[in-house]
Amino acid sequence: MHEIITTGFLFPNDLHAHWSVMIVLYPYITGLVAGAFIVSSLYHVFGVKELKPVARFSLVAAFAFLLFACTPLLFHLGHPERALNIMFTPKFTSAMSGFGYIYTFYLMIVLLEIWFVYRPEIIRRARETSGPLKALYWCLALGSLNDNENALALDHKIITVLAAIGIPSACILHGYVGFLFGSLKSNPWWSSPLMPVIFLLSAIVSGISILIVCYWLICRFSSLKLDTECIKTMFKYLWAFFIIDVTMEGLELLTHVYEAHEEWHIVSLMLSQRLGFSFYVLQMGICSLIPLIVLGFVVLKKMQDSTRIKLGLTCAALILIQVLAMRWNVIVGGQLFSKSLRGLTSYTPTVLGREGLVVALVLFVMPFVVMYVFNLILPLFDKEPKAEQQ
Amino acid sequence: MRHAADKTRDNMKNIDRRDFLKTGGKLCAGGLIVYTAELLLPRLGRSAKGPAYDWEKHLYGFVVDTTLCIGCGRCVKACKGENGVPEGFYRTWVERYRITEHEEVLVDSPRGALDGFTDIESEAKVVKSFFVPKLCNQCSKPNCVQVCPVGATYQTKEGVVLVDDKHCVGCSYCVQACPYGARYIDHHGRGVADKCTWCYHRIRQGKTTACVQVCPVGARLFGRVDDPEGPVAKLLHSKRLQVLKPETGNEPMVLYIGLDREVR
Repeated sequence: MHEIITTGFLFPNDLHAHWSVMIVLYPYITGLVAGAFIVSSLYHVFGVKELKPVARFSLVAAFAFLLFACTPLLFHLGHPERALNIMFTPKFTSAMSGFGYIYTFYLMIVLLEIWFVYRPEIIRRARETSGPLKALYWCLALGSLNDNENALALDHKIITVLAAIGIPSACILHGYVGFLFGSLKSNPWWSSPLMPVIFLLSAIVSGISILIVCYWLICRFSSLKLDTECIKTMFKYLWAFFIIDVTMEGLELLTHVYEAHEEWHIVSLMLSQRLGFSFYVLQMGICSLIPLIVLGFVVLKKMQDSTRIKLGLTCAALILIQVLAMRWNVIVGGQLFSKSLRGLTSYTPTVLGREGLVVALVLFVMPFVVMYVFNLILPLFDKEPKAEQQ
Repeated sequence: MRHAADKTRDNMKNIDRRDFLKTGGKLCAGGLIVYTAELLLPRLGRSAKGPAYDWEKHLYGFVVDTTLCIGCGRCVKACKGENGVPEGFYRTWVERYRITEHEEVLVDSPRGALDGFTDIESEAKVVKSFFVPKLCNQCSKPNCVQVCPVGATYQTKEGVVLVDDKHCVGCSYCVQACPYGARYIDHHGRGVADKCTWCYHRIRQGKTTACVQVCPVGARLFGRVDDPEGPVAKLLHSKRLQVLKPETGNEPMVLYIGLDREVR
């Protein structure tokens, strides 16, 4: 148990940061979902053909992250066994009450889309395998082995519709997470109409970044060949979204500084005394400026593809840190000053324990385990592009 | 032949449906009787004891006169004892403000003033000092009730904001939403949100709150605001009163006399 360091006067109940590293992880994972889904939709709905090699992978990644998006919350709740109250007795004046429904709806959309996208593959395997494997694929196909042209054409239509519904759902899911914080007027560091926008944009960039990093790692350590055009396209979209993201974050800070409300005094103290490194150095400094500038070169300038990929990859990794830092700075930062506006507290996550770093790490790794297992049953990538159906 | 068969099937269907309706009807009637009995029986029992407490006929308010408070902390102690408030958390507390000749504002509330205050040597001369008791403001438009995702925090007809500890999921959203720091969750204890209830268990019996009961100087006053002859309503109509953080729009029902501009 780390000692809490306080300065100034805090309301006596304001000593503890109630929302721990688990609540930092929750929007981080949720954000990866939104970003990964947007990449898959760029291909499925907007016809960005260059993204085809990662279209399926991004969808499965979105699904894997989605499966674990809620788990940090369960580790945080005082009474996790009552978690479903949020769906059984929702109070709709609460921004939080909609989460169960939005989450479930979105999970179903993603699950359905995956099923339709993988249907030809499942059917092929159901036919080609034998024994228990055949049974598995037959079950996965829900007993329908119909893959004639009409059926596939219908599948294609359904996929487009699902992806089209999925885009606003992904935006709502993450914009909504931003609203959870942005709508709390009690907290001057959270309360801002820009909060949902910033959460959404940072979600998109973190999602694209994790796909870039994973795609590169998978190609590096397996026989899969990296598609240069694909990864270059991802860099392009990453840069575009990141420009808007950083602009919004900068605008929000500028508004705070310029308006200089009564509360800004304590918020700025909190930023400089408690979050100097994670906010000014990481979030607004290194991890924003370097990717912003370097990605510009990566996208615009002529250079060797291998250099381009290395630079872009570094930027993607930096952006993953930037977004994690942003989640930390928002969620933890908002709890480091007392509502007395006169004092600061501190928060250091524990290593062990229910809300400790070990649990957080395990929860973060789990989606990758899911992807690995998924890949054992159905391939994340298509090694023979010509046989690709959808 | 087919026509006849269809007819028979139709008849069968009709019989089935009739039976179904009959049985369903019986079940519904039975359910209704049980439901009515459950609704009525407790009421009958209560009426036997005397007139039932009508929460629609009580609207409460709380007045804190900061000019009277001496910072003895008896209210904090009484509250802890009455409500079993866990160590390190407070349903009520007292703040001490000292303003020096250099306009420096020194604020403290050691352990919520559970043991009162001790003198502190200060280099600069203190030109003004006062105490401010704090508690849940039982807002008319409470943030905490608005944000509770499961409806575990609610407002009673008397204007008191309560927490259903059997239903609360312990998400801390209400703790974050309260602008006054009046709520807490003891994560090592019950794991549900808690706060001042204006001693709801006492006021339902016509008693006053524990903190008001023990205040030696009458700095705290609790009572009905809808009774024009009551002391709270009289103060309401005679004194100039302020609330904490009016900009939130929460419309607190805890009203302050002599609130300094330094108090948040």
